[in-house]
Amino acid sequence: MKLGLFIALLVPFAAHAADYFLVINDHQFHPAELTIPSGTKIRLMIENQDASPEEFDSHALNREKVIAGYGAAMIYIGPLSPGRYSFSGEFHAATAQGAIVAQ
Amino acid sequence: MLATVIIVFREVLEASLIIGILAAATRHVPGSGRWLVAGLLAGLAGSGVVAASTDAIGSLASGIGQEIFNAIVLGIAVLMLAWHNIWMASHGAALAVDARLVGNSIRDENSECSVLLVIVGLAVLREGSETVLFLYGIAVSNDGGQTSMLLGGMIGMLAGIAVGYLIYAGLLRVPLRWFFAATGLLVLLLAAGMASQVARFLIQADLLPSLAAPLWDTSAALPENGLPGMLLHSLIGYDSRPAGMQMVFFIAALIAIFIGMKWAARPRRDAKQ
Repeated sequence: MKLGLFIALLVPFAAHAADYFLVINDHQFHPAELTIPSGTKIRLMIENQDASPEEFDSHALNREKVIAGYGAAMIYIGPLSPGRYSFSGEFHAATAQGAIVAQ
Repeated sequence: MLATVIIVFREVLEASLIIGILAAATRHVPGSGRWLVAGLLAGLAGSGVVAASTDAIGSLASGIGQEIFNAIVLGIAVLMLAWHNIWMASHGAALAVDARLVGNSIRDENSECSVLLVIVGLAVLREGSETVLFLYGIAVSNDGGQTSMLLGGMIGMLAGIAVGYLIYAGLLRVPLRWFFAATGLLVLLLAAGMASQVARFLIQADLLPSLAAPLWDTSAALPENGLPGMLLHSLIGYDSRPAGMQMVFFIAALIAIFIGMKWAARPRRDAKQ
């Protein structure tokens, strides 16, 4: 299993996932709702314009990633079935709420 | 403040459960307590370093450094838990009978203790670094209410530690006849759950295919933000919407470690003579 993992690490089959962008500003996501095509893998680029770190967290998407203050992060998502997938900034969940809508 | 309590509770819970289970499982191993504390301290020191290097780690490997870092930390923890369980399968019963008598004849006792240190250190490192970042975020923000949020953090931390202590105290009450089976099973599931989380991070980094995603959806019946879901997530790596690849990792780890335990516990030929 270890060898398999090692090989898997060497061979990223990152095809051509389209990029989508999110900005965190004042503990809010912009845009708060992001529409993407269903059935295809995308790459989500998140820029944190706040000084404080944030954790992108989504049980619906089964993703979590910490983003440093004034940092950026990239997360692969999908392919998704059509539907609405909510996400939040766990560190400021009162304001940092958003959703990905797959169509 | 409640949000703060929950966030810190969730981060502390996993490390706390691991420490509680291991402290119980190795209570017959001489000196295990000191190694657990050493692991805890090393992990706390390390989480500060990891938290401060979040941006640097994240930008490694063209932006998937954080996933690779988490996968490696979890992967090492899986191997160490596997080693621990296999070691306990061969020595545990003997230690329970008389730790002092057996103590001298077990040469690899020190390696078992350093394994403990690594497991606890890594668990604290991973969960601790997120807590440090979160609390740092509160400290630098000018929103006001920092005192109540930091108080919330303290409550969450104490609650997380309390659950770890509960599982420790509960395991000590298990009769010796079932004790090693119970702790062995818990550690086995912990390791398999972490293996499934390794897969999750590698999928997020697009280094592994998800196979089926999600394999199932139990988010309505057993949500991850409820207490049962949180506990199951920490204990067996429960995800309400897991990818198929996570299940492959879970089952592979489960089978591999189980076979190792059976092999270690096999009756020795020279034991009868």
